[in-house]
Amino acid sequence: MPDDEPLVRWDWIGDHLGYLGGLTLDHAVMSLVPVLIGLLLALPLGLVCARFPRLYQPLAVVFNTLYALPALAVFMLLLPYTGPGNLSTVMIPLTFYALALLLPTTVEGIRSTPESVRQAAVALGYGPWRRLAAVELPSSVPYLVAGLRVAAVSSISMAAIGALIGRGALGYLFIDGFQRTFTTPILAGIVLVVALALLVDLVLVLARRVLAPWAIREQGAAL
Amino acid sequence: MNWIDWLHTFFTAPARQSGPDSIVHRLAEHLAFTGESLLYAGLLAIPAGLLLGYTGRGAVLVTALTGVTRALPTLGLVTLVVLLAGVGESAVLIPLVVLAVPPLLVGAVEGVRGTDPDLRDAARGIGLTHPQVLFRVCLPAALPALLAGLRSATIQVIATATVAAYVGLGGLGRYVIDGLALRDYPAVAGGAVLVVLLALLTQLLFAGLLRYALPPGIRPRRTVN
Repeated sequence: MPDDEPLVRWDWIGDHLGYLGGLTLDHAVMSLVPVLIGLLLALPLGLVCARFPRLYQPLAVVFNTLYALPALAVFMLLLPYTGPGNLSTVMIPLTFYALALLLPTTVEGIRSTPESVRQAAVALGYGPWRRLAAVELPSSVPYLVAGLRVAAVSSISMAAIGALIGRGALGYLFIDGFQRTFTTPILAGIVLVVALALLVDLVLVLARRVLAPWAIREQGAAL
Repeated sequence: MNWIDWLHTFFTAPARQSGPDSIVHRLAEHLAFTGESLLYAGLLAIPAGLLLGYTGRGAVLVTALTGVTRALPTLGLVTLVVLLAGVGESAVLIPLVVLAVPPLLVGAVEGVRGTDPDLRDAARGIGLTHPQVLFRVCLPAALPALLAGLRSATIQVIATATVAAYVGLGGLGRYVIDGLALRDYPAVAGGAVLVVLLALLTQLLFAGLLRYALPPGIRPRRTVN
């Protein structure tokens, strides 16, 4: 690094506010849409798994294994099919990572409904669907939110690696800064990725408060 | 060209058989970085975690630390450290250690804190000192959680070492990163497959450890439902 180069050049940040904002928005879309799709897939799949534990065991092993694969290698494995610079090269693996995290939390959440509560719903004349919508899904909200927090934060952080294959949004700042031995964009990138992750995390915590107000007292710090 | 051709080209090339770019050498590098950073991270995190878990202090700190490190972008950390400290193995080890500490710390803290309080009381009751309770009662009981922490730390480090090849670290990531820069797709494909295989083997190893290497009393039992 050149000796006269300060760690952060605030004027560069000032001049590039619009650019940084655009990258942050791109990054949010690229990393959070996969989490949403992952949730939409995990809910029905989780319901099926909660009813049929025999199906759940092998699926859990598969997704656990998928989750352990390094993101960069998975991007590379997809590259011949999707092409470099293609957004789906990043978004498809991120969807699977989110699904891998959300499937167990969905199953656990649905199983967490106390038997007495379930039976009370049956006694009140609730059919299976109404019970699911009014009793089992709401009571799994704390679990789902806990899974979503981990999934969203790691998705945001992993998406940056996409920069190595040409689609990383905020991750591009790391490549750019490294190639020009210029720390300002790198630091701006790190701060923006962490800030985006913390913001999404906060939104999810607030969502839990609204959707499952009873859970704050019971589960508080644990989830 | 397709996947099969790429992999065939990669695995049969003379440069992959011997010398600095050979598969054995790159794999050894990758394992060395992984082992070294886990060692340093373990020396930092495990004693601290055992102590924090035993005394029940620092819960907020541990939670905050894990939240923030989960959000830290690997590539950003690696490029920043190298620009600030210069290229070199020790510089690249810093981000790997930073990423490995939180899962190890959480594993140790949760493991010790999760020990049955009655068990601890009983151990105290029969006259064991605090260090004896920690090492003879809490530590064995904490092993499954510790191993789970070690497992996520290992997976994180293997993945991050791949990315760190971008700033000059050796290891399997080199095939992927260099291959991409040179449009040498067989190398990209081969590197990606090797990294995936290494990750899978690691998973398998830890599954085996959890099954066979734990003291019989705390081995995971086959659950009824």
